[in-house]
Formats: sequence, C-alpha cells, structure tokens
Amino acid sequence: MDAKRDNEPAFTKNRTTVERKSERELVITRTINGPARIVFEAFTKPELLKQWWVPKSCGVSLLSCEADVRVGGRYRLVYDASPKPMEFFGRYLEVTPYSRLVWTNEEGEDDGAVTTVTFEEKAGKTLLVMHDLYPSKEALDDAFVGMEGGMPEALEQLDEFVVTLGASRPHGRT
Amino acid sequence: MVQYAPAHLDASFAALADVTRRGVLEQLGRSDASITDLAEKFRMTLTGMKKHVGVLEQAGLVTTEKVGRVRTCKLGKCRLQEETAWLERYRQLWDLRFDALEKVVEELKRKEKIDGRKKRQ
Repeated sequence: MDAKRDNEPAFTKNRTTVERKSERELVITRTINGPARIVFEAFTKPELLKQWWVPKSCGVSLLSCEADVRVGGRYRLVYDASPKPMEFFGRYLEVTPYSRLVWTNEEGEDDGAVTTVTFEEKAGKTLLVMHDLYPSKEALDDAFVGMEGGMPEALEQLDEFVVTLGASRPHGRT
Repeated sequence: MVQYAPAHLDASFAALADVTRRGVLEQLGRSDASITDLAEKFRMTLTGMKKHVGVLEQAGLVTTEKVGRVRTCKLGKCRLQEETAWLERYRQLWDLRFDALEKVVEELKRKEKIDGRKKRQ
C-alpha cells in the first residue's frame, strides 16, 4: 500500500533541493515531518522563526527578529555579521493560514525578489516549496555573481560551518 | 538536483569540442589577446579566428571588447561554474535551516501531545 515507506525509511533525512526554474526563478523544496498547521506556525511566530531561520551552527546569530505576519505587515531580521550587522526586511503580501505565504525582500538597492512559500500536507508531512521570483534575469544573475565575488568571507564561513555540522552529526538527524 | 537549460550546456560543450578553441582558451588563460594575435598564433585567417571566438563568446567562455580597431579577447567569467557553486552553497544553507525547522516542529508536536494528554485527564 504505502510504497513511499519503502523508499523513505523514517530515519532518512529529508532532502532539500534548489533549482533555477527559469531566468528569473529559484525554487527550494523540502519535506518537513509535521502537519502544515505546525510548520506554518513555525514560519509565522517570530519567537519560533528565530529558533530555526539562523541555525546556531552557522556562527552568526540573530540580533533581532520581528515579524508582523499579516497582509501588509512587515518583517525585519538583523544578523550579527562581520564587519557590520546585516539587515533583511520586507513586507507580507499574502498570508493564507496553513497553506501560503508571500513576502517581499527589500533590503537590496534595487527591486528584490518576491518569495512565495506553499505548505502542502500529505500523510502528516508537509511539502514546503519556496519560490523566489526576481524582477529580472540580471537580478538573479547578479545574486550569483555577487555572492561569489563580493562575499568570500561569508561563503567561507558557510563552508566551515557546513563541514563542522557534518562532522558533528555522524548519524544524521536524530 | 541542480538543473540548467540544456541550451546553456550545449553551447559550452560545443564550444569546447574543438581543439583550436580549447587552445584559444588556454592562451587567454595566460593573457588577453587580440583576434589578430590569436589568428597569428594559431596560423589561421582572421575570419576563421573570428568565427572561433564568436562560438566561445556565445557560450560565455570568452568576452571581447573593441577598442579602436582592435578587438581584445579575454576569458569570460565561467557562469556555469559560479552558478553551480552558488546553488550548492545556497542549498546547504537551506538544508541546515530546514533541519533546524524540523527540530522546532518536532518540539511543537511533542508539546501538543502532552497538552492533549493533560486535557483528556
């Protein structure tokens, strides 16, 4: 009956995928072991959001995390990054409980991407699809080049913490 | 996992399939050069070299800039490589983030169960 169970034993870590869907779109997917209601809550309550958005292992911490999750409400995340704190902010365009969230990313100089997250529940698990729509092909291309060329330190740090995390988790997720 | 428009890859592979073009890339890796320089080095006509450079340019492997009457060629930033590396790092970041999210969700589920039991008692 449940063919999925054969392919995905309970101890297997859920896979995260990233794909450039088109010139202007980036899509991230991941299944989370829990109902959409709870996953949605973790996205929309600031006190929960700050527990996972910046994982402890990354060496960067959140200085503040505000999120007024309703249509037109604003969010603002401040990271304790070097040489100076980094801010990410924007506004919620759509808030549909347990199924859909849309927000803007306004920290950049130009128009930022619009992020749409959908929560799709199936057999007690939730498929998360995060879709970033950039205003132009150039904006997404610049994101790649910018990250690679402009923030080598941040990337090195990311590499380091990924390695550290891998080493400290020999048995995968518990 | 990471996918590209096949056209993107086709252009790169087609460009690299030719021994002269690979030679041109190697040469440009050492220093920038004009089309005339390259034509001389590879003992080709100007038109022939222009064609090769055009293919490399189309694939994003080479960029050219015309100053006065001279067209200078240099190695293009390898978009494909950059993009692949970026996407993989981005994936790793989100993977960590989602692992942390799962922990939060796990904790919430546990709390709900306990609360549920309390209510029933």
